Amino acid sequence: MKKFPCPVKALGLVKRKTHLFTPLFFLTLLLVSKAIASESPAEISSSTQWFNPLRINVFIILILFFTFVLYFIQRAKKGASLFVRRIAGLDAIEEAVGRATEMGKPILYISGIEDMDNLQTVASMIILGNVAEMVAAYDVPLLVPVCLPFVVTVAEESVKQGYAKAGRPEAYNRNNVRYLTSEQFAYAAGVNGIMLREKPAANFMFGSFYAESLLMAETGLSTGAIQVAGTANIHQLPFFVVACDYTLIGEELFAASAYLSREPKLLGSLKASDLAKFLTMIILLVGVILETLGVTKLTSWFFVQ
Amino acid sequence: MGTEEIIWNAIAVFLTICIFTFLYKDNPFYKFAEHLVVGVSAGYFAVILYYNGFVPKLIVPLRHGEWIYIIPAILGLMIWARFSRKWSWISRFSLAFYIGSGTGFAIALYMQNYVIRQLSSTMLPVGFTSWQLFSNILIIIGVLSALIYFFFSKEHTGLFGRTAKVGIWTLMIGFGAGFGLTVMGRVSLLAERVIFLREYLLELKYYLYLLFKHGLSL
Repeated sequence: MKKFPCPVKALGLVKRKTHLFTPLFFLTLLLVSKAIASESPAEISSSTQWFNPLRINVFIILILFFTFVLYFIQRAKKGASLFVRRIAGLDAIEEAVGRATEMGKPILYISGIEDMDNLQTVASMIILGNVAEMVAAYDVPLLVPVCLPFVVTVAEESVKQGYAKAGRPEAYNRNNVRYLTSEQFAYAAGVNGIMLREKPAANFMFGSFYAESLLMAETGLSTGAIQVAGTANIHQLPFFVVACDYTLIGEELFAASAYLSREPKLLGSLKASDLAKFLTMIILLVGVILETLGVTKLTSWFFVQ
Repeated sequence: MGTEEIIWNAIAVFLTICIFTFLYKDNPFYKFAEHLVVGVSAGYFAVILYYNGFVPKLIVPLRHGEWIYIIPAILGLMIWARFSRKWSWISRFSLAFYIGSGTGFAIALYMQNYVIRQLSSTMLPVGFTSWQLFSNILIIIGVLSALIYFFFSKEHTGLFGRTAKVGIWTLMIGFGAGFGLTVMGRVSLLAERVIFLREYLLELKYYLYLLFKHGLSL
């Protein structure tokens, strides 16, 4: 009697000669076909979900992080002294403002080419407010060419408040906060033109930059201005490191706003991020040890789908 | 290449050369090209914003009776209050809404993409039995020391400072590699522009040859 060929073997799904898988194969086929039949387009419906359970890990980590932030903000508000180490690039800002005053030349502030929904632009606007406060005391023109229309409004507000804080609201010149264009390289060309014609004594570049970073930093270098830059876009940092006198690397940009303003909210966030980094290091070390021992549970918990 | 294309490409070549003159020094040709590109792009973006933002995201939904879009429209109009000294404070509500919502979205995304994903990818097995395992040790030392560099609550002195120094060296090595890679990309952009100029000159030469040979009937 001729044996019926095993379909599992015939399809090359398993190489073993046993026919034990045959019923299992048919059962699977049956279940799959039922599942396909039950998921006919007419029966599928989608709806907006408020919560994605696959990202519960992100949610837990965010809750933990915000708890740290709120705790440290409370501490800062109660007057606890929160130490922040010296950031060399920021000390250079005051030096650059002083130099511009001596030379009688303007200061140029560039806030990157991203909109206000980018955290770097938000940090840049806080730094702009502090720079404006410093500049107001010395009566030096502060030129702020801006790439995006919405940022112009925020930049105007930041500079105005900076002048008001310094007690010289009348010194604020609205025309110095200028919209150029939203096109990346056209903006770079416009900024280069300002650098060449108005010859600022100091160029500050804080925010989110892309391919235009070197074009601007290189032109600024050729005019002999003191340049302080900062961005968290890692691909642009090398250009700033090469062409600027001081560079704020990555998180230093966010720390700068807290360092300069000493505001409890910002200091609290900075301290919370330090604590988060410390915990990250511990988790990383534990994860590495577990991975080396072949345990992957921790790594898979942190995996984001 | 037809007559029309020859003329349009001639403008592109002229503007390219105008921009290249900046390598010598600032001059009227560069100024002309710069002002042209800034002005044209500003106008172009205003039209783009109108057709890609204002029309599909406000006019069309309102026509379909989605009145919820009135809220962002009002927030947008409030920005115009800046033109008045007396009422400029109204624009702050729009600013606060935009910055607050933007930052709120960004924090979760940053945490997910730049912290959690990186953390999960850095949990690597280490050892000395293979090159891969050994390079994992270097990655982990680099990440930990770089993290120490970004500690702001402690002065970089003693062992902590020395570890931070390893961190900054790691970053600088990364920047060096990134710099080389990007410069190569920029050189290829320059090469592409030089090829464009060369091809235009060849096409122009051929066009002029045909023009003289067959007369102005081209």
